[in-house]
Amino acid sequence: MKIYITSVFVDDQEKALRFYTDVLGFVKKHDIPMGEARWLTLVSPDAPDGTELLLEPSGHPAVQPYKTALVQDGIPAASFAVDDVRAEYDRLRKLGAEFTQEPLEMGGATTAVLDDTCGNLIQIVHTGTE
Amino acid sequence: MVRVMAEDVFKALADPTRRRILDELAERNGQTLFEICARLVTKHGLSLSRQAISQHLAVLESAGLVVARRQGRYKFHDLNTGPLEHIVTRWLTPEAPESSP
Repeated sequence: MKIYITSVFVDDQEKALRFYTDVLGFVKKHDIPMGEARWLTLVSPDAPDGTELLLEPSGHPAVQPYKTALVQDGIPAASFAVDDVRAEYDRLRKLGAEFTQEPLEMGGATTAVLDDTCGNLIQIVHTGTE
Repeated sequence: MVRVMAEDVFKALADPTRRRILDELAERNGQTLFEICARLVTKHGLSLSRQAISQHLAVLESAGLVVARRQGRYKFHDLNTGPLEHIVTRWLTPEAPESSP
């Protein structure tokens, strides 16, 4: 068994697509109309056949309270690996991204947490062992 | 009033986990609950639930040592050293109210 897809609940799929591609740097893999919403997935440009990220609509009534509570406590909905957290932090800040946690080194890993503008926090991480 | 506040401060400081939280906030102010938890677990090896840490923060807040600040949809925690200055001046300055007979 392997993980082929993981998802984040986004408030607005089109807005999320722009943020996750134009700002974070992922590329679109699938975009299939599904009623009012889309089956919209992304991949890393380095791994076009790798794990996909599904930008899932936030329509279910349980989703908003769940997201609100996580964001209030600073808890990320997803975690993405980067080569250099400080460099990504600087790059994303220049593009207007808002961080709730500045780069922090701890236990061999460096992490930072930013807002995806669609109701989630995203962690970027470098584990040093890569 | 001052006496009650001082009681809360001493009680809050009596716990090693709460002192660690203050250490971490002294290093960087304005942390989310997530960051505080991550620091306690990875830097100090404390295996505490998020709920337990949240309760420690509530004790620190009621003693005035930590101030929770809402900013948009986020909540950040700041260190407030004001109450510490109160309890220190009690012994360092003779004119402090609680040192008079």
